[in-house]
Amino acid sequence: MTVWIAVGATALGCYLLKLIGLSVPAGLLERPAVRRSAALIPVALLAALTALQTFGRDGGLTLDARALGLAAAALAAWRRAPFLLVVGIAVLVTALARLIGG
Amino acid sequence: MSVEQDLPAVGEAPAGPAPARKATAAVVRDSLGIGLTVGVSGLAFGVAGSAAHLSVWQTCALSLLVFTGASQFALVSALAAGAALPAAVLGALFLGARNAFYGLRLGPRLELSRLTRPFAAHLMIDETAAVALTQPDRRTARLGFAVTGISLFATWNLCTLAGALGADALGDPAVYGLDAAGPAVFLALLAPRLREGATELKVAAVGAVLALAATVVLPTGVPVLLSIAAVPIVLAVGRTREGDAGDGPDGPAGDGLATTAGRAGKEDLG
Repeated sequence: MTVWIAVGATALGCYLLKLIGLSVPAGLLERPAVRRSAALIPVALLAALTALQTFGRDGGLTLDARALGLAAAALAAWRRAPFLLVVGIAVLVTALARLIGG
Repeated sequence: MSVEQDLPAVGEAPAGPAPARKATAAVVRDSLGIGLTVGVSGLAFGVAGSAAHLSVWQTCALSLLVFTGASQFALVSALAAGAALPAAVLGALFLGARNAFYGLRLGPRLELSRLTRPFAAHLMIDETAAVALTQPDRRTARLGFAVTGISLFATWNLCTLAGALGADALGDPAVYGLDAAGPAVFLALLAPRLREGATELKVAAVGAVLALAATVVLPTGVPVLLSIAAVPIVLAVGRTREGDAGDGPDGPAGDGLATTAGRAGKEDLG
C-alpha cells in the first residue's frame, strides 16, 4: 500500500511540474539565477545517487564488486557509449568480479 | 498555420512544398530514432522496479503515469533502500522539476491550445524538449515534439513491462550483477551533463561527497536531498572567485540546453 501511495504522489507531483511550466506566463521563472540553479540540481542529485548506490550498504559505506562495475561503466560513458551499453557493462563487470572473487 | 516564411529559401526551389516535405521527413526520422532507442532503456527500469521488489503493476504504473526516467529510477531505488516515503517522493520530485523549465521554454514555441496542453504536458521530458527546442520553426517543433513523445512513450512502457517480467523470472538480482544497474543508470544520465562545463563537474563532486558523508549519520533518503546543497555551495564559491578575477557572470559553457534554446527562440520568435 505504501508503494502505491508513493507511486500516486510521484505521478501527481511530476505531472503538475510538467504542466506548470507550460501554463505559467513566460518570464515568471525566467530569471537566469533560478534557471541556472534548476539546471544544476539534477547534476547534484544524480551524482549523489550514483555514489550512494555504488558504495552504500545498510546505512554504511563499503567497497565491493559494484565499484569495479561502475568504474568500467564510467569509462564507457566517458567514451560516449549509448545508455544501455553503459548499464550492460556495469552489470557484466560486476557479475564477473563476483564470479572471480568468489 | 503559416510556416512558409520560416523555411529557409534554398535556391528558390521550383516545387513549393518540396523543402517542407523534406524537412518533415527529416524531423520524423530523427524523432523516431530518438524515441525508439531511448525508449528501450525502459528495459533497465523494468529490471530496477523488479529488483526493488515492486510488483509488475507498480513498475508499469510508474512508467505510464510518472513518465520521466530519472524520477522513476530515484523513487524505486529510495524505496528499495528503505527510505521514508516523503524523502523518497521528494527526491523524485526534485529530479522532475527540470521538466517545468522545459515547459517554460517550449510553451511560447509550441503555442498549444487549452485542449492539447494537458496531453502535451505529460510528454514534456528531456528528449522531447531537446528535439523541439532545436527545430527551426513552429511546425517542425510541434511535429518533433509529438513524434518523439509518442514513440518514446510507447517504447518506454512496453520495454518496462518486458524488463519487469524478465527480471521477475530471473530471480535474485545480485547474482547477475544487476544491483550495479541502478548506479550505472544514474551515471549514464549524469555523463552528458558533466560535459557541459566545470561548474557541473564541481557540483557533481561536491554532491557525491556530501551524500556519502551524510549516509553514515542520516536516515536513508535524506543524504540524496542533502546533495542539493552542492548547488549553492559551488555557485557561491564561483562568485567569490569571479569577484577576485573579474571574470564574466557565467562559465564559458553556459547552461547547455537552455542557452541553445534561448538563441533558437530569439531567431524564430522575435
